[in-house]
Amino acid sequence: MSAVLDNHGHAAGHDAHHQPTGWRRWVFATNHKDIGTLYLLFSFTMLMVGGLLAMLIRAELFQPGLQIVNPEMFNQFTTMHGLIMVFGAIMPAFVGFANWMIPLQIGASDMAFARMNNLSFWLLVPAGIMLSASFFMAGGAPAGGWTLYAPLSAQMPKSLDFAIFSLHIMGASSIMGAINIIVTILNMRAPGMTLMKMPIFCWAWLITAYLLIAVMPVFAGAITMTLTDRHFGTSFFNPAGGGDPVMYQHIFWFFGHPEVYIMILPAFGMISQIVPTFARKKLFGYTSMVYAIAAIATLSMIVWAHHMFTTGMPVTGQLFFMYGTMLIAIPTGVKVFNWVATMWRGSMSFETPMLWAVGFIFVFTIGGFTGVIPAVVPVDTQIQDTYYIIAHFHYVLVAGSLFAIYGAFYYWSPKWSGVMYNETRGKIHFWWSMISFNVTFFPMHFLGLAGMPRRYADYPMQFADFNMIASIGGFFFGAAQVYFFFAVVLPMLRGKGEKAPQRPWEAADGLEWEVPSPAPFHTFETPPKLDATATRVVG
Amino acid sequence: VQDLPGGPAVRQLNLHPPVTRIAAAQHDLHWMLLIICTVIFVGVFGVMFYSIWHHRKSRGAKAAHFHESTAIEVTWTVIPFLIVIAMAAPATKVIVAQKDTSNAELTIKVTGYQWKWGYDYLTGEGEGIGFLSTLDSSQRALSSAGTPQGDDYLLKVDNPLVVPVNKKVRIITTANDVIHSWMVPSFGVKQDAIPGFVRDTWFRAEKPGDYYGQCVELCGKEHAYMPIHVRVLPQAEYAAWVDAEQKKAAAKRDDPNKVWTLEALLPRGDKVYAAHCAACHQANGKGAGPIKPLDGSAIVKDADHARQIQVVLKGAANGAMPSWAALSDTDLAAVVTYTKNAWSNKTGQLVQPAEIVAQRGK
Amino acid sequence: MSTPTPGATQPYYYVPAPSRHPVMVAAGLFFVILGASQWINGQHWGQYAFWFGIVWWLIVLFQWFRDAAQESESGLYGRKVDISYRWSMSWFIFSEVMFFGAFFTALWWARAHSVPALGSLDNALLWPDFKAAWPSVVAGATGSPANVVEPFQTVGPFWLPTINTALLLSSGVTLTIAHHALRADQRGKAIGFMWITVLLGLSFLCVQGYEYFHLYTDLNLKLNSGVYGSTFFMLTGFHGFHVFLGMLMLLFITLRLQNGHFTAERHFGFEGASWYWHFVDVVWLGLYVLVYWM
Ligand code: HEA
Ligand code: HEA
Ligand code: CUA
Ligand SMILES: [Cu+2]
Repeated sequence: MSAVLDNHGHAAGHDAHHQPTGWRRWVFATNHKDIGTLYLLFSFTMLMVGGLLAMLIRAELFQPGLQIVNPEMFNQFTTMHGLIMVFGAIMPAFVGFANWMIPLQIGASDMAFARMNNLSFWLLVPAGIMLSASFFMAGGAPAGGWTLYAPLSAQMPKSLDFAIFSLHIMGASSIMGAINIIVTILNMRAPGMTLMKMPIFCWAWLITAYLLIAVMPVFAGAITMTLTDRHFGTSFFNPAGGGDPVMYQHIFWFFGHPEVYIMILPAFGMISQIVPTFARKKLFGYTSMVYAIAAIATLSMIVWAHHMFTTGMPVTGQLFFMYGTMLIAIPTGVKVFNWVATMWRGSMSFETPMLWAVGFIFVFTIGGFTGVIPAVVPVDTQIQDTYYIIAHFHYVLVAGSLFAIYGAFYYWSPKWSGVMYNETRGKIHFWWSMISFNVTFFPMHFLGLAGMPRRYADYPMQFADFNMIASIGGFFFGAAQVYFFFAVVLPMLRGKGEKAPQRPWEAADGLEWEVPSPAPFHTFETPPKLDATATRVVG
Repeated sequence: VQDLPGGPAVRQLNLHPPVTRIAAAQHDLHWMLLIICTVIFVGVFGVMFYSIWHHRKSRGAKAAHFHESTAIEVTWTVIPFLIVIAMAAPATKVIVAQKDTSNAELTIKVTGYQWKWGYDYLTGEGEGIGFLSTLDSSQRALSSAGTPQGDDYLLKVDNPLVVPVNKKVRIITTANDVIHSWMVPSFGVKQDAIPGFVRDTWFRAEKPGDYYGQCVELCGKEHAYMPIHVRVLPQAEYAAWVDAEQKKAAAKRDDPNKVWTLEALLPRGDKVYAAHCAACHQANGKGAGPIKPLDGSAIVKDADHARQIQVVLKGAANGAMPSWAALSDTDLAAVVTYTKNAWSNKTGQLVQPAEIVAQRGK
Repeated sequence: MSTPTPGATQPYYYVPAPSRHPVMVAAGLFFVILGASQWINGQHWGQYAFWFGIVWWLIVLFQWFRDAAQESESGLYGRKVDISYRWSMSWFIFSEVMFFGAFFTALWWARAHSVPALGSLDNALLWPDFKAAWPSVVAGATGSPANVVEPFQTVGPFWLPTINTALLLSSGVTLTIAHHALRADQRGKAIGFMWITVLLGLSFLCVQGYEYFHLYTDLNLKLNSGVYGSTFFMLTGFHGFHVFLGMLMLLFITLRLQNGHFTAERHFGFEGASWYWHFVDVVWLGLYVLVYWM
């Protein structure tokens, strides 16, 4: 192994640098790799909780009529499903990847603030517990939708206060995490790793982190106002006192829309790493990829009111937000085209990570198009708050964010664990998910066009067939994730499987492949010397 | 189950058949967008799958080395930009048209309540008519029992909104408690109803018939149970309806000074209770979850009627208990009297409409 | 505790050993949010949990910062770490700007949009008697269509807010003097001006407290005085809270100075706190103009 890597992990007793063991290793962790693992485990747990709620939703909607729960309970499921998936599953998963990979990719010894990094993680745990526990409180969980619109939020039981405080804490965690990531990327790159030579995943996260810092505080402000309206007699969202419920929506969506890009930009970064590796060809248009991400992030901050076209804004507002929203198709299109151009005349092979990446591009683009369609105001008048929107955002969130996370998991997990996943099982997981995903969510487009509103516990009989198909698909999709856990994750945690080579993918580029698998506890404690492309360690 | 004309069809794949020009324009826009997107989709993924097929390692493909081309990058930035403009231009016209609520022949105020709609004819033929529109209670019961049936399941209301054909109808929405949203897909209309504020939209229905929609903004537990039913009538029938409605109103208009007996008031109170209160407080008066029981409630049994009347008039618990001031004095007196005598609350108290009138001012 | 010794012992980038502080901070915050959410729902025990959490949290933070200060003084932090701190403080302040942005937006929306809209012709359908007027502009207006707000008077820029502006601005000056003194290695002078800065901050808080008292008792302007009261107290309240935090930071910096921490060349702790203080100053200027003057 090259001299730049000191393997203190195995040489015991080197003052503070020895590898801690037992529970202390995890609870007191300052190591980015351990903290990354913690994040990923937390996020998978939350995916299961949120997924279980989705299964209950689909079970209730299996047929018209109320079979399992009452409508009140149903609304709690919907709300908590949204909140848990967004704040508990997807966001922490991306932060987990950032923790694991960014220091490795830029040749840094750790994150810039190792203790604060651990704090970011451990804040999630009490917040996650308080959020999930709200089902067991008097009055039940919040039931006003994940958007927590006023003034319905004023009618919620006290669990909403728990949720608000949990979200505050999660927000603080995200902000600290984002600061950590930005500082790490800006300050800790190995000499020679210029910004424009940096792996694109780091770029995606750099911009995402900026978005997080810009909008999480605004969200904190919005829910703080909700809290004081509920308990301290303020009138921010109460017209009787001069306030306005729609103001909540503006403030919320100023956060909420960039939030959805927070959940997709890191995914873009992951896909941009996987595709070139398996096409055995450099990423096409690296520079324009970077600009595209930056453009998406910039535009994302001026399009929020496309979630509010039916609140009755002036015609100029509708036009402005419609044009702005549609513009986002352009930089996103650049990314899609660049991926295809990267594949073009490559020498492709289709191991599991590549399957997920190609699957991602295919299905995410469908979701992108079904985003452009509601961006057009007159069409949104028909489909706003219907299942069409549910279909749209599950195409971009599940087939987008989640698929990218799976792809990246298969891509990088050999580096983390030192063992290869089982290729057959990975492929089963992919095809099973891909097919059942589409069976679940494609019919929802029809439901939405036909006018089935979202957040409905019961629906007219004419909608029955597509709902049943969606439910069946949903159960299969859920089962596929359970399969993933037992067939892929568990063996890996137990260390079973073929030993992973240092560079398991023939054409993988980047510093993470310059260290052994599994990555030693400490890497790059002194900065590595890089070659001109900044993808190899020399000397 | 059969298709419901004006409502959803079985396994419907696309938007409802339009009956207004705006809805037709929305339809066309949707088709245009769908076609453009499909063409791009087929193009992009045609290339991708061609490449996946031909440029795979197992077929001996060797990787090329190019990874940049300014010309091509500019092209695939500019062309989508032009496409976007092509999509936005026709949409702009429709937006301007659908926002133009001027010169309406009939203006109706639509108020969202948890969980029903209130309709008040403000100007035009029928001015002064006002009523509430609630989901048929037997359908609500079918839903709870898990035994749905009927083509108009969850769409049947007691009093549909009635409008004349080929007249520009301006709808003013507002809400009493939380945000609701009033939608009729066949008209291409969807407008949130925001408490404390008014918003407006309009339609001109071109074909008589029955048209259905549902509340599309999460408004609490009965969100799925506040449908919208609009009946479009030919002009002559509409005039007849207005006439009948006004006569009915005149006949029904109770004298708030009339003094009632307990026996006369109780059955009326029972009806009002079943129509408006039972959804939350339950038929047995026991409430559920955060909803307070009336059976045995100190406020209900209080010999001083003022507190209960105030709660009924003004609402309580941050609007979780809505204000019922929109009901008539006699109805309110009847329902308050009913709760004071139903279940175990055998107080024997009687509340007269005059007491409601007195409390309204306070 | 003297000058750091760069070179020999200094790692390329200092990565702290496993630490129990973060998880303890998280645990403290758990009690805070658990307690707070019970407390505001009328559960008496909530306040004990809340205060317990706060105290716990402060104790842990104290230990954490003490450790960090020690690491810094023993020369573990190289130039790289210093840059990291600079970046992080800047981004943190950016996040605070966005947080205040939410409340300034609420103020703007209420003034420029919701109150005028509620009093507009369209809304006469719902609020026939309501005349839109922003309370600080028209005496006696409450900005409340439903008349649920008791009449109140507002407070103009004179004199308390102007005095406060002067206090904060001069504290910015004294802080800068202290900074120059530290850079010139005049520790005594630096400490003296730091104390003045802290005291100016404290007097700001006292004046603000007095103003609140005056508003509540004499002018009947309260947090629940409609949207005017809501935006007024939330903006000035959050600002005051930030002044309090900034003052604590400056206080600890002063104590560290007295303990011989920092050198003329290296004193990012000092600079970070002063950035924060200037940020709080700027927010105040915004408040002074938008809330009190306009
Ligand atoms: C990862 C999350 C994610 C992503 C990436 C997106 C991406 C987009 N979204 Fe989506 N959206 C959500 C998550 C996301 N969304 C969520 C969660 C909601 C609902 C929230 C709620 O109410 O609960 C929502 C709702 C939502 C609405 C509101 C609908 C309503 O409530 O009525 C709208 C309306 O404009 C919209 C638009 C868009 C657009 C235009 C994009 C664009 O970024 C898509 C761009 C991509 C493409 C267009 C495809 C690739 C491009 C090409 C191949 C180039 C050529 C194309 C053209 C020229 C068209 N989204
Ligand atoms: C952020 C990511 C995210 C993800 C990953 C998902 C994943 C899923 N979502 Fe979710 N969804 C949202 C975000 C997300 N959703 C949001 C933001 C809303 C809006 C909320 C609102 O309106 O406020 C929403 C709303 C929403 C609705 C609409 C509810 C309504 O309007 O009433 C539905 C309905 O079908 C649904 C379904 C699903 C399904 C089937 C999955 C599946 O992908 C889930 C996969 C399942 C698992 C991972 C579970 C694993 C398995 C088990 C735990 C074991 C038990 C199961 C079996 C053995 C079969 N979602
Ligand atoms: Cu009313 Cu939903
Ligand atoms: Cu959006």
